[in-house]
Amino acid sequence: MLRPPIARVRGLGSAKDGVRQWWAQRVTAVALVPLTLWFIASVLSMVGADYAGVVAWIQSPSVTVLFILFFLALFYHAQLGMQVIIEDYIHTEWLKFTSLIVLSFTTIFLGIVCTFAVLKVSLGS
Amino acid sequence: MAEFTLPANSKVRKGKTFDATADSANKKRFVIYRYDPDSGANPRLDTYELDMDRCGPMVLDALIKIKNEVDASLTFRRSCREGICGSCAMNIDGTNTLACIKAIEDIPGEVKVYPLPHLPVVKDLVSDLANFFAQYASVEPWLKTETPASRDRERLQSKEERTKLDGLYECILCACCSTGCPSYWWNSDRYLGPATLLQAYRWIADSRDEHTGERLDNLEDPFRLYRCHTIMNCTNTCPKGLNPAKAIAEIKKLLITRAT
Ligand code: SF4
Ligand code: SF4
Ligand code: FES
Repeated sequence: MLRPPIARVRGLGSAKDGVRQWWAQRVTAVALVPLTLWFIASVLSMVGADYAGVVAWIQSPSVTVLFILFFLALFYHAQLGMQVIIEDYIHTEWLKFTSLIVLSFTTIFLGIVCTFAVLKVSLGS
Repeated sequence: MAEFTLPANSKVRKGKTFDATADSANKKRFVIYRYDPDSGANPRLDTYELDMDRCGPMVLDALIKIKNEVDASLTFRRSCREGICGSCAMNIDGTNTLACIKAIEDIPGEVKVYPLPHLPVVKDLVSDLANFFAQYASVEPWLKTETPASRDRERLQSKEERTKLDGLYECILCACCSTGCPSYWWNSDRYLGPATLLQAYRWIADSRDEHTGERLDNLEDPFRLYRCHTIMNCTNTCPKGLNPAKAIAEIKKLLITRAT
């Protein structure tokens, strides 16, 4: 604590980064508004449908594409949001890095699993 | 982790009560945070009952009355007593504001007075602003130019260009906004906070300044700037009615403009 305050504030300098991440968070948020509404509306409209009906519905190209867009935007947005929360509140360096790595693995894994599931139904016979 | 509770030696206890009203019909209770680092004791809340018929209208008047007439050990900063020096910033009735322009009669019930939140306390209502002012200095708050100064005239600015500084130049660096910002509570070691960012924007917005790009470089950082999550506490609390959240949004806008 003997370092002068100005030395601590100047610290490691600016990361010259952050604008892309901030922008991506806004863009995914905007994209998720219509996508989420569509997702909820479609799931509700499918209530009571039988298995074959749902599969046929997912197989329509526009539904497949919208589903994939929804999942990618959702997990990308979730990752960015969770990253901000982790950086806000976790100040122990090793714990912060571990959390950020686990977060990346989880969101990428979930995004790929969901995309794969949609494609499997959509492209399967 | 971010700290959500006070460390054991900072837990606030109940303190003494002083009744200085002498059967007055117009009493008001002031509950004031006291901390004396030399005593080694925990902070405490002292209660003072004052006769409002013999006290000035502002919270600062009451503090001065207490110091003069009741308890000379009460410690606080003040200078101008008219809302322009920024010294008397403290947390009154749950909001950061200037004691000298906060009217006592606007506060229902007892008046609770604490130092600015989430800063180290030097004594009583005096908080340690060393980090805050170092952050201010780090944005190099002065005009930086390449064009050499003319020998016989000022650096000119049109009326429209001058208007861009309105709402920025009035900031008195009282720190009410920064110490009211949750992001600043958790990350003041790396996040510059609303006051410093508003001041940084004051130089970015100045038509005479020629170092806008370097200034933006210096701010573009996930912590320095982007810890602002637009919570708006800063704007709600500013005793000068300024809008730091808007200044921060303008900086973010400029960063997008130059990146896209
Ligand atoms: S913006 Fe307002 S609250 Fe913040 S330091 Fe300036 S005058 Fe004080
Ligand atoms: S708008 Fe930004 S600076 Fe203002 S209180 Fe919220 S997070 Fe803090
Ligand atoms: S004493 Fe100067 S702002 Fe209150």
